[in-house]
Amino acid sequence: MDTFLQQFINGLSLGAIYALIALGYTMVYGVLRLINFAHGDVYMLGAFAGYYLANAMNMDANPSVLGAVVVTTGAMAICAIVGIVIERFAYRPVRHHSRLTSLITAIGVSLLLEYGGQVVFGATPRFFPQMIRSQVYSVGGIQITNQSLMIIVVAVILMFGLEFIVHRTKMGKAMRAVSFNLPVARLMGINTDLVIAFTFALGSALAAVAGVLVALSIPRIDPLMGLMTGLKAFVAAVLGGIGNIPGAMLGGMLIGLMETWISATAYSTYRDAMAFAVLILILLFRPAGILGTSVTEKV
Amino acid sequence: MKLCRTTVVFFALVALLAACERRSGSSQASTTGDVLVGMYGSLTGDGASFGQSSVEGAQLAVEEINNAGGVLGGRKIRLLVEDDQSRPEEASNAVTKLITQDRVVAVLGEVASRRTLAAAPVSQKYQVPMITPASTNERVTQVGDYVFRVCFIDPFQGEVLAKFAYNDLKARRVAVLKDIQQDYSVGLTDSIQKTFTTLGGQVLDPVSYSSGDADFRAILTQVRAQKPDAIFATGYYPEAAIIVRQARELGMMMPILGGDGWVGDALKNGREALKNTFISNHYSGENPDPVVQNFRKAYRARFNREPDSIAALGYDAAKVLADSITRAGTTDGPKVRDAIASADVAGVTGRLRMNASRDVVKPAVIEELQFADGDVKYVYKTTINPN
Repeated sequence: MDTFLQQFINGLSLGAIYALIALGYTMVYGVLRLINFAHGDVYMLGAFAGYYLANAMNMDANPSVLGAVVVTTGAMAICAIVGIVIERFAYRPVRHHSRLTSLITAIGVSLLLEYGGQVVFGATPRFFPQMIRSQVYSVGGIQITNQSLMIIVVAVILMFGLEFIVHRTKMGKAMRAVSFNLPVARLMGINTDLVIAFTFALGSALAAVAGVLVALSIPRIDPLMGLMTGLKAFVAAVLGGIGNIPGAMLGGMLIGLMETWISATAYSTYRDAMAFAVLILILLFRPAGILGTSVTEKV
Repeated sequence: MKLCRTTVVFFALVALLAACERRSGSSQASTTGDVLVGMYGSLTGDGASFGQSSVEGAQLAVEEINNAGGVLGGRKIRLLVEDDQSRPEEASNAVTKLITQDRVVAVLGEVASRRTLAAAPVSQKYQVPMITPASTNERVTQVGDYVFRVCFIDPFQGEVLAKFAYNDLKARRVAVLKDIQQDYSVGLTDSIQKTFTTLGGQVLDPVSYSSGDADFRAILTQVRAQKPDAIFATGYYPEAAIIVRQARELGMMMPILGGDGWVGDALKNGREALKNTFISNHYSGENPDPVVQNFRKAYRARFNREPDSIAALGYDAAKVLADSITRAGTTDGPKVRDAIASADVAGVTGRLRMNASRDVVKPAVIEELQFADGDVKYVYKTTINPN
C-alpha cells in the first residue's frame, strides 16, 4: 500500500510537469488551431534562462525563495519575448497559408531551437543550481519533496489562472473570438495580431515556469530536454482534449501516472513508448480527447 | 548527355581517390618530424567529464615526454584530439579521420566502453594500435590484436564491488540498477550478480533505465518495496548523481555502490545524498607512492584542479604508448603493436603490463564518497588485489 501511494505521488509530480507544458500547447491550439511544436523547446529555453539567471545571482550558495521567484519571473519574461519573436517571424508570415504550412514551420522552429541551443549552450548537460534546498516531507511512509509539491500546486494555480484569463477578462474574450472566427473578429475591431502575440507570450511564459520548476526538482538540463518532454506533453494535451484547459491538466496527470506505473514493472524501459501508444489509441477511438467536444465540420 | 558524362567522370575520380586512400591507409612510417598520436574522447555531451579528464591526463604525459627530449632521437609527440560528442557513431568517424586523414601512428581513447567498441574495429582494420585508458568492458580488447587497455576489466571490478558489499558492508540482499544502453553497465551488472550470488547473497531482479533518464523515482520506489540492504548503480556519473539524490528523497538511506563510471565532475550534484556511497576505482590520490604524488602535483600545477582516476589513466595510456614507440624504434604500426604487447611500465595506477588478452591485471581500490565544500571527496577505504 505504501508503495502504491508512493507511486501515485511520483506519478502526480511527474504528471504536473507534463500538465504545465500541455497548458501552453492547448492555449495556442485553442486560439490558432496551430500545434506549436516549438513549445517544448521554449520550455528548454526557460530552463536555460533560469540557469543563467540563477548562476548570475549566485543562488547555489545563497538559496532563497525570493530569489527563486525573481529567477522564475526573469525566465518568464525572456520566454515571453522569445514566444512573441517566434510568432512574429515564423508563424505570422505563413498564417494565411494552409495549416500544414504552419505545422511544418513549427517543426522547423523546433529543430532550430534544439540545434541552435547545442551551438550556444553546448551539448553537455548542465546541473541546475539548487535555488531552494530540497526538503522531504514524510507522511506514513510516503515521501514527497517540497519541490514536487511546488510543481503540483503551481500547475493547479496556473490552470485556474488561465481559466480566469480566458473566460473572465476582456483579452480572454478577444482570444475566444479570434479562436471562433479570425476574419470576423478582425472586422469587429479586434486587434487580432495583438491577441495572437499575447497568446504566444502567455503560453511561452508558462513554458518558462515549467522549465524552472522542473529543473529545480530534476536538475539535469540540456538543449534536447524539450524534445521528449514536449512530445509527451503534446500527447497529454491531445488526451485531455486539445484546446481544453482543464483537459491539459487531466491529460498531463494521466500520462504521468501511466508512465510511473509502467516504470514500476519489468517493462520500465518501455515507458517512453507508452505515451505514444496512448496517442495512437486516443486518435483512433476518441480523437476529441477526454474532455474535448467533437465538432462536426461543415464541408 | 553532357551532364551524364561529367557525372561519370566525377564518380570515377572519387573512386580513384578512394582507392589511393585505401592503399596508403596503413601508414608509411615517416622518419622525420613530429610523431602524430591521435586521441578521441567525449569532450562534449553526456560524458564530457570523461573526455576532458582523459585528454588532460594524456596531454600532461605528452608534455613531460617532450620536455624530456621526446621519442626516437629527439622527435616530439604531437597529440591530435577529436571530440566524439559522447556518441558512438561519432567515435568511429573520429578514429577514421585520425587514421586516414591525419595519419596518426597510434590512437588513445575512449573512456566509455560503448564508444570504444564502436571505434576499435577501425583501428584494427588499418593496423594502427589503440590504447583505451578506461574502457573496462571485457569485450573491448577482444575486437582484435591492435586494441589494448591500461585499466582492469569489469569481471574483476564487479567481483571487487560484490565482495566489498558482502564482506565489509555485510549486505545480504541487494538491488541493481543498470543502464541498458551502456555495454559497461550491462557487463558490470552481470559480474556483480554472479559474484554476489556465489558468495551466498541474494540479488533482486536488475532494474533497467536508459542513459539520459532523469526521473528514477518510480523504479526506486519499486526497489524500496523489496527492502534491499544495499543498491548497486552500475551506470555512469550523470545518472548516478540523480539516482542517489532521488533515493535519499524517498527515504532510502542504505549504502549505494557504483563502479569507476561514477568518476565525473557532475557527480557532485548528488550533494549530501552522496553520504554512504562507495565506488571501486583505479587509483587513490591518497596513495603515498611518489609516482602518484608527483603526478598529482604536476597535474594540479598544469590544470589547476585535482586529477581524477580517468585523468590518471589517460596519463598512463600516453606513457605506455611513448615507452612502446621508443622500444620499437619506429612508428610502424605492427612493430609498435608488438612493443605495446610487451610493455612493462610503472604507471600512476599501478604496474602496467599486458597479459595475453591485451588487458592489464592490477588491484582496485574502494573509496567512500563525501560531499564537502561543493565538491566530491574520494576517501580511500581498501585495496583489493586480483587473485
